[in-house]
Formats: sequence, structure tokens, C-alpha cells
Amino acid sequence: MKIVVCVKQVPDTKGGVKFKPDGTLDRAAMLAIMNPDDKAGLEAALRMKDEDPENTTVTVVTMGLPKADEVLREALAMGADEGLLITDRVLGGADTWATSSTIAGALKNMEYDLIITGRQAIDGDTAQVGPQISEHLDIPVISYAEDIKVDRAAKTVTVKRQFDDRYHILTAKMPCLVTALSELNEPRYMTPGGIFDAFQKEVTVWGRDKLDVADENIGKNGSPTVIAKASDKVAKGKGEVVTPDSPAEAVNYIVGKLTEKHVI
Amino acid sequence: MDFQLSKEHQMARDLFREFAEKEVKPLAIEVDEKHEFPRETVTKMQKYGFMGIPIPKEYGGQGCDPLTYAMCVEELAKVCGTTAVIVSAHTSLCCDPIMTYGTEEQKQKYLVPLAKGEKLGAFGLTEPGAGTDAQGVQTKAVLTEDGKEWILNGSKCFITNGKEADVYIIIAYTDIVEDKRGRKQKKFSAFIVEKDTPGFTFGTKENKMGICGSSTYELIFQDCHIPAENLLGARGKGFAVAMHTLDGGRIGIAAQALGIAEGALDRTIEYVKERKQFGRAIAAFQNTQFQLANMATQCEAAKLLVYQAADAKATKSYYGVEAAKAKLFAAETAMDVTTKCVQLFGGYGYIREYEVERMMRDAKITEIYEGTSEVQRMVISGALLK
Repeated sequence: MKIVVCVKQVPDTKGGVKFKPDGTLDRAAMLAIMNPDDKAGLEAALRMKDEDPENTTVTVVTMGLPKADEVLREALAMGADEGLLITDRVLGGADTWATSSTIAGALKNMEYDLIITGRQAIDGDTAQVGPQISEHLDIPVISYAEDIKVDRAAKTVTVKRQFDDRYHILTAKMPCLVTALSELNEPRYMTPGGIFDAFQKEVTVWGRDKLDVADENIGKNGSPTVIAKASDKVAKGKGEVVTPDSPAEAVNYIVGKLTEKHVI
Repeated sequence: MDFQLSKEHQMARDLFREFAEKEVKPLAIEVDEKHEFPRETVTKMQKYGFMGIPIPKEYGGQGCDPLTYAMCVEELAKVCGTTAVIVSAHTSLCCDPIMTYGTEEQKQKYLVPLAKGEKLGAFGLTEPGAGTDAQGVQTKAVLTEDGKEWILNGSKCFITNGKEADVYIIIAYTDIVEDKRGRKQKKFSAFIVEKDTPGFTFGTKENKMGICGSSTYELIFQDCHIPAENLLGARGKGFAVAMHTLDGGRIGIAAQALGIAEGALDRTIEYVKERKQFGRAIAAFQNTQFQLANMATQCEAAKLLVYQAADAKATKSYYGVEAAKAKLFAAETAMDVTTKCVQLFGGYGYIREYEVERMMRDAKITEIYEGTSEVQRMVISGALLK
């Protein structure tokens, strides 16, 4: 089984968010990590490989600056087999449409049974790229996976999909795409030896010429999204803790607050 | 000369740091308070290859260099001195001598499971009457007449990983020879001893000032029969085995000391920014600023010495002087820095939950075990004056 995992190098928001004057993220100025949902997706793929290592390959794909090579090395150190970096100046400034078109353009030239992406990236928070890739490739998508089970004989994937206050159990035929939640699992650590091996491996680098995608769908010019304004998230004010003496008093307090804010 | 870590080393450091923060730090206070060996952590470290970092892959290790190993011990020590010394004693004092002096059979039988972390290792040289003075060793090994076994008698004290280990490197004297002046001299040999060997038992568990979760025990050998093939290295060459082992071990302990100092400094930097006296954070006072500057400089100097010693182990056949300098300076830095950190914390520094108190207690042993600071000075000056 051939599994492709799409990962993104994202700024580590714990270190603070920095913007360029045009409102896009200043990625070079921030510490970078593998997006947590993507890491859970990678872990899910590696667990499938653990079950049948001889017949499973895990290829990790990322799109970004040459520096994004780091997340591929990390994925290789965790146990992935191959890495592919999609990088080209003409791809810069892509929104979700251009990003998904570009990644799909690479996937069209690859073999896969299952594509796993993270639900969403902690920098953009759109949750659009995974499902958009499936549309470009015309394959089924199951998003928000809490659990993934593969039936290799039947060539199907059964996913427990998070949905508001309940979940759905959905089965799709492979090839298909699944978007993973970070709640899916606890990703493994790299191993020290795995890190050194990862830097010995060849990472494939594809530029624009290797991608099966139209020029009007790539980069800043191929991005319909226009950022009006970007800002750091506003810190929440301190909460208020009250300790009413009785349930009745608690109800009165809450109703009073809701009335005060014109909620009811 | 390149003072930049390679990308591989940087990523390895990030790995060790993340592991230490997530898996080791939350348990550090409890491990210290309860004097409890962190077995679960050791199992996790085994899973991720931390128990055989500098051992070649063909022997079950990770195939990394001594610098990667030293950084692992350093990062663990930043949050828990106990966990750091478990890895250090296992790797430097048990895996390394088998790797260096072991036969292929010994490597396959003992080193492979040790480097995979399936077994834990320890090393026994020190005795009640023999610490710095190795000639005081009373533990004796006698070869049986048929030459098939050694019979070991004696005891070892202050043994790290004592009761938790599975494989022990034990130094005993096997011969007494006369030198040119007619003085009797003991000739030592090294042995690989397995736990549960009949005649091998444990004595007192030491109640220590620091590294309280580390299992420090007395080992007792009473007519303990060891297969002849468990002699490690040549007969009579055990002193060289022990000294070589300790040269490597000192890099591990130096890394532990460095980590303890850095860990205490990190916490102190956070604390002085929050702690207010006379209406402002104590970080605003020049005394605090100058103390922090001194401590950061000491830590950086210690780090350069430790990394240089680790590099020397990778590239030189003899690295004893580099290791001695690293251990001497890092251990004294650890003691000095942690003491000053406690002082900057004031009354809170004396309270257990603030952790710098534990780090100060943990730091002290780095000036003592695997060669006291005085021994390191002897090694360094010996090389200067020869």
C-alpha cells in the first residue's frame, strides 16, 4: 500500500506571530514546526506501516520554502520512507486554492492508495487544502478523522469522523483522502539514529516544471483570496470566578449575566 | 573551527529537549521526593533508542557520535539529574567498556541487549576502602583449577543503577606481583557479571543527598562463580579498562553537570522576571543582572569544554585530559551556579517545589563521582608536568 502524507511547516505560535508589511506571515522570522494535525496524520500512516512494513511505503510531501526540507527530515527520522519537497519561487504567496492545485499537480504524477493530510494548519486554520486536493484528484475524502482503519484486502478505509456532538463511521474505497485530527494519536518521537539517517537520505525536490497544474492556478496570481487585514489573536480577558451558595443563586446569576449582555 | 552544531545535532537536541520537557520533567519532583527509580521513563527511553546512542547500529545502538550522547545527558539533566545519570552510567560505564574491550561473543550476548535498552548496565570499582585510591580494592577473583570459572569475593559500594541493572562490569584483583623494589602490587581484571548469579546479592541502599531516584546500592559477592569467558579484556589489564571507562564516563557526568547548571539558570531567569521586591522585578537590580551574566558565561564555557571532550572522544585515542577538564569545570560550575540560583530565589529557593533546591543537591555529586574534582586536577596536572 502506498500512503502519501501531506505535511506543512508552520510557525511555532508559542514563540509569537510575526507579519510582513503585506499582511502575510513572516515565516523566516519565526520558529518552525511540523503542523500538529499533519504530524498525527503521519503517525497514523506510520502505524499502518508498522502493521505490514514489507508492503507499505510512506511518502511525505510538503510545499514551501527550501527550509521546509526540515519537516521532511523530521518525518524521515520518525520512520517515513521518502520525502518530496515542492518548492519554486513562482509558487509563493499561494492561498488554499493555489496550494491545493499545486499539491494535486504533484500527486497526479505520483502513485498512491491513501492520501492523509492534517485537518487544518495552525497558521491559516482554514481546513480547506485537504478536501480541495481530493476534489482536484476526483477521489473521495473523509475529513476530521479520529480513527482510521484500513482493510487492505477490500482496499477500503473506514474512518471515525468527528461531527459536532457525535461521530460518523464512514467507509471509502481507496484511493481516497483522509484529513486527520491531532486527537487521532500521540505521534512518536524521532530516534537519534533516525535523525542522522534522515540527513543521509535523498529528498526529492520538484519545481514548477514537474507539476501537472495550469499556470493560472498557482502562486499569488493564482490565488483568489485577498487578505484585507491580519492581526495577532487578541488575548482573552481574565475570567470571573463566582461561588454561589445554592443552585438557585447560580441560575439567577447566569440569567442575570445573559440578560445584561442581551443574549436572552 | 566550527562552533555551529550541524543540522542533525540541532534536531537531535530538539528531540532530547522535547522528550525531557514532556516525559521527564513532570516526574522529577516525585522521583526525588519518593527516592523512586523512574522505570517508566527508562522504558520510554529504551523505545526511542536513548540507551545506546553512541553504540554502532550493528550492536543494537543508534550509531551516533559522543556529542549526540552528551547532549542527551545534558538535556535530561536540565530537568532531572537522576534520569541523566541513569543514562550516563548505563552507556559510559557498562556499554562502552564492552564495546571497547569485549570479544565478539560478549558484544552479541551483552552489548546488543544493553544498547537496545532491553537490559540496564552498571559498573563497580569503588569499595568502602577504595575510591580515588584504586590499589585499595579488596574484591578478589580466583580462577578455578579447571580454568572454567572465576570465583569472586568482596563488595562494591555506591554503585549507580545498583539494584535495577541486569549487567555489571566489576573490577577485582586477580594477581599480586612484585615491582622492581619488591613492593607488592595488585593486578586487576574486569568481569561481566549478570544479576541473579548465585553468590551475588545486594547490600545497603544508600540514602543520598541528591540524585535521589537513582538506585545506589552496595553489591556483595560471596563465592560468586562467573564463567571464564566473562573476563572483559586481558587478565591483569582491568585497571586500564577501568581508567578508560572513567575517561568516557567523565564526559557523561560533565554533560550532566552542565545540564543541571543550565536547568537552574533557566528557572532563575524566569523567576527573577516575576519576583517583585521594592516595587519592581528583581531582574531590574544590577546584582541580579551581574549574577545572571556570570552564570551564563560559566555555563557557556562549560558547554564548550564538554562538547570539546565529546569531540575528542570521537576523534582521538586518548581524551582523558579533555574529559577531566570538562568534568572539573562543569561540576564546579554546576555547584556554583545552583548555589547562586538558590540565593537569587531567596526563601523560595530553599523550598522543594521550586526545584533549584533539588538541583543544588544534585549538583554536589558531580564534583565527587567518577573521579572527584581533586582527581581531575591530578589528571590535568599530570599531563602538564610529565
